[in-house]
Amino acid sequence: MSVVQARNLSKRYGATIALDNVNLDIQPGRIVGLVGPNGAGKTTALKAILGLAEFDGELSVLGMNPRSQRTELMQQVSFIADVAVLPRWLRVGDAVDFVGGVHPRFSREKCLAFLARTKIQPTQRVRELSKGMIVQLHLALIMAIDAKLLILDEPTLGLDILYRKEFYNSLLGDYFDEQKTILVTTHQIEEVEHILTDLLFIKEGRIVLNASMDEVGERFAEVLVNPDQADAARALKPLYERQIFGKSIFLFDGADRAHLAQLGELHKPSIADLFVATMKGTYA
Amino acid sequence: MNTSSMNMSAMNSNKFAWLLKREFWEYRGGFFMAPLITTAVMLAITILALLSAEFTAHKHGIQLGGINIDQVIEHVGEGDYTKVHSAIDIGLMGMSAPIGIVFCFVVFFYLLGALYNDRADRSVLFWKSLPLSDLETVLAKVVMAALIAPVLAVAAMIALHLGFLILLSIYSLFRIGVHALPLLWSPTHLVALWLKLLVSIPVNALWALPTIGWLLLCSSYVRSKPFLWAVLMPVLTGVIISWVNLLQNFSLSGWYWQNIFGRLLFSIVPFSWLQKLTLTDMPDSADDDLRVLNHVLSLDSIGAALTMPSLWIGAAAGTAMIGAAIWFRRSRIESYA
Repeated sequence: MSVVQARNLSKRYGATIALDNVNLDIQPGRIVGLVGPNGAGKTTALKAILGLAEFDGELSVLGMNPRSQRTELMQQVSFIADVAVLPRWLRVGDAVDFVGGVHPRFSREKCLAFLARTKIQPTQRVRELSKGMIVQLHLALIMAIDAKLLILDEPTLGLDILYRKEFYNSLLGDYFDEQKTILVTTHQIEEVEHILTDLLFIKEGRIVLNASMDEVGERFAEVLVNPDQADAARALKPLYERQIFGKSIFLFDGADRAHLAQLGELHKPSIADLFVATMKGTYA
Repeated sequence: MNTSSMNMSAMNSNKFAWLLKREFWEYRGGFFMAPLITTAVMLAITILALLSAEFTAHKHGIQLGGINIDQVIEHVGEGDYTKVHSAIDIGLMGMSAPIGIVFCFVVFFYLLGALYNDRADRSVLFWKSLPLSDLETVLAKVVMAALIAPVLAVAAMIALHLGFLILLSIYSLFRIGVHALPLLWSPTHLVALWLKLLVSIPVNALWALPTIGWLLLCSSYVRSKPFLWAVLMPVLTGVIISWVNLLQNFSLSGWYWQNIFGRLLFSIVPFSWLQKLTLTDMPDSADDDLRVLNHVLSLDSIGAALTMPSLWIGAAAGTAMIGAAIWFRRSRIESYA
C-alpha cells in the first residue's frame, strides 16, 4: 500500500493555481525529496498531506483521509514544519512530558537518550536555547515517535553546517528504517542528495520529475564537450547547456550513453544541476 | 466496554488533563501568580492599616482597651451578631473585588490570545503535529477560562478572607481581648459565603459564554490584531446603530449596547448577571442595606439567574461561536503578525 496516494490533487488560492492535478504515489521505506523553487507548491502539497488545508481531488495518507481523519492520522505521521516553531515559553522537561502524555507512540527513553547527547537541560525554556538547539530538541521529540511517515519542511533553514550535518546523520542513523518513510523539502539539495532514494521535482504546481535516484542516474548524463563538438552535442537536444573554462557542459535526458561518450567526458549530474536545468525559466 | 476502548478513553481524558496543564504552564503568571500577588497586596494593605490605626490611637492617647467589652458583649443580642457577621460578609466580598478585577483582565486577554498567539509565533504547527483534535484543544481553553481560572480566583479570595480575619484577630487579641473573636469569626457564615462563591462559578461560566465564544472566535479567525477586531467590530456596529436611531424614531441602540455589546465583551465579569436579575422578595425597607446586599448574594438569587432566558440565549450564542472557533482552527494556521 502506498504511504501517500494523490489523484488529481489540486489547490487554488484565488486566481493562483498552487497545485495542478498532481498524481503521486509514495511507497513505504523511501526517503523522498520534494524539490522546487519558491512558490512551486511544495508547502501546499505538504499541508494537504498533513490535513492542514482543504484541497480538491483525492488524497489518501496511510489509507486515511487527512482532512476528516486528521487526529488519527497524526498518531502515525510526524512533521517538523519549520525551524524554531516550538513555543518559546515551553520548558524542555514539560515538552517531553506533554508529548509523552498525548502521543501513544512516543518513547520517553528514546527522547531522553537523544537529549543526553546535546547540551540541552530539562529545566531550560525554549527561549533560552539557540536556534540549533531548538532544532535538536524538536528532532529529539519527533524521532522518539514511532511514526510511519515523517514530513520535514525546510527543517534546517538558517542552521550552520554542523547542525545541518548532524541533523541528517541522526535522521538516517537513529531514526530511519524499512518501516518508515520520510518526505523532505529543502533548498539545500546538495546536503540531502546522498540520503534520498527518490526525487520529486515540482514546478508551477505540477510534478515535472518523479524518479528513484537509480533511475535518475540512468536517465540523466552530463557531458563535458570541447567547442568543436558543441554543435554535434546541441543536435542531440540537450536539456541544458552551460559554459565552463571555454568548454560546454550539456545535460541530457535519456540519450544513448555510447553516443554521448564520443562527444566528451561523461559525468553523473548533481541534483542541483538537474534542478537548475529542469526549472529554467521559472522566474523569467 | 472492552479493554482497548477503555484504554482509548483513559488516554483521551488523560490528553485533556495534559492540555489543561499546558494552558497552565503557558499562563501560570495570569492564572496563578496574579491572584496570589493581589491577595498578598491586600493583606499587606491590611497590616499597614492596622499599624497606622495603632499609631494614630497611640499618638492621640485613645485607649481602645479601656472599653469594657465584656459589658458590651453581654448586651449584644442574637440579631446583632447576625448583623455584624453579615457586615463582615459584605466587607470580605468588597475586599475580594481587586481579585475579581484582575481575574477579568487575565481571562479577557487569555481568550484573545488563546488561538492567536501560537499562530503568530507559528508554534501552532508543533501542536498540530500531535494527535490532538481541534475540538479538544479549544475546549481545554474554554474550561480553563470558564472553570479553572474562577476556581483559582475563589481560592485566592478564601485565602484573603482567612488572612484578613487572622490579622484582625491578632490585632483584636492584643487590643480588646479574647471576647472580640466571636464577633469576627462565624464559621457558618464563612462557609456559607465560600459556598456561594463556589456555587456561582458554573452560573458565572454560563453567563460568560457569549464573551468566551466571541473572544475565542476572534482569536481563531483574525489574521492580525485580535484586540482591535474583538473590540472595534462591536463598537462600530453600535455606533452605526446609534446613528441610524438618531435618524429614525426607533430605539434599538439601547438594546444593542446592553444585550449584544455588553454580552460580547463584558459577560466574563463575575456576577454581572445580577443587574439583569429582577429579584423577588427583595426586602422593601430601603434603609436596611445589609439585608438587601445579603439577599443579592444569596443562593436564591444564584438559582434565580438560572431561570433567566437571557442567560440561556447567551449561552447558546456563545456555544455557537465556540463551534465556529473550532471550525476556523482547522484551516487558519498562518497569521500576518
